[in-house]
Amino acid sequence: MVYLTRRIEFSASHLYHNPAFSAEENRRVFGKCNNPHGHGHNYVLEVTVAGEPDPATGMVLDLKELKEILQREVSDRMDHRFLNYEVPELAGQIPTCENIAAVIWRLLEPKITRGHLNRVRLYETPDLFVDCYGEGNGAHPNAGGAR
Amino acid sequence: MKIHLSRRYRFSASHRLHSAQLGEDENKRVYGKCNNPYGHGHNYIVEVAVSGPVDQATGMIANLTDLDAFVDSEVIESFDHKYLNEEIAEFRETVPTTENICIEIFNRLRRFPSARLERIRVEETGLNSFEYAGEPTGATHE
Repeated sequence: MVYLTRRIEFSASHLYHNPAFSAEENRRVFGKCNNPHGHGHNYVLEVTVAGEPDPATGMVLDLKELKEILQREVSDRMDHRFLNYEVPELAGQIPTCENIAAVIWRLLEPKITRGHLNRVRLYETPDLFVDCYGEGNGAHPNAGGAR
Repeated sequence: MKIHLSRRYRFSASHRLHSAQLGEDENKRVYGKCNNPYGHGHNYIVEVAVSGPVDQATGMIANLTDLDAFVDSEVIESFDHKYLNEEIAEFRETVPTTENICIEIFNRLRRFPSARLERIRVEETGLNSFEYAGEPTGATHE
C-alpha cells in the first residue's frame, strides 16, 4: 500500500455560537471565538489517498485529478468564505476544525475512485489540527485502535 | 470515521544521556556528545492527539481551554526550563532520551478527563521526532 498526500490552503472566516446557549454561556464555552463579527484562519488541508500504483502509469491516482477534486469540492466551497453562512454543509453546526474536517471527509470520500481516501488532516493553525480516518482495512498507521 | 484532535506545545529543557548501567567508556561510546557531563538543551515540541465523540452542542472533541490547562499543569510547568535528569523524578532512574520523554508525557496525559489520549509525538529538534501511542491492552507502561 502506498500513501499519497496532496496539500492545499484556503482562507476563511467563522465564529462559534450556539443559539441554544445564553450569551454568557456562549462567551464562557467559546471564548474569543464567540466574537459576533467572526475571525479567520489560513487553513491547510492535507489529503492522503492510499492504494497500489497502477502498473501501467506508476500512479495511485493522477494528481491532476486529485487537484481538480480538491478545487471543486473544497476551494470553490470554502476559500474566502464565511463558513457559518456560506457553506450549506456546515449549516446548523459549529464550524470547528473537527466539524469542517468531517465535512471535507464526507465530500471527498465518494469522489476518490482510484485508491481510497485514507486521511484528511486539516490545520486551523500550525499548532492545531484534526485528522479524520476511515474505519476499514488499510487504516493509516497513525489511526490507532490497537489499544 | 474516526476523528483525532491534535495540538502542539513547546518547552525548552536540558538533559544528559548517561546510563548507570553502562561504564564511563561505554556511555561515551553510546551517547557521544550527548554524554557531556554538563548536559545540553533543546527546544522540544510536543504534539498531543486525543479522540472522542464530537459534542454536537460545541462542535468539539475537547475544549482547547481544558486541554491547554491540563497539558500546562501536567507537563509544561514541570518540564519547561528545567534540567530533566535532576528535576523530573522519573528521569533520576531513566535516561531522558526523547523515547522515554514520549512515554513519560503519555503516562502523565492519559488521565485527561475530557477525551481519550491517542498519541504523543515529540520533536527533539526539527530533524528528529518520536511517537508513542501506549501499549496494547494488558501491557501498559506505568
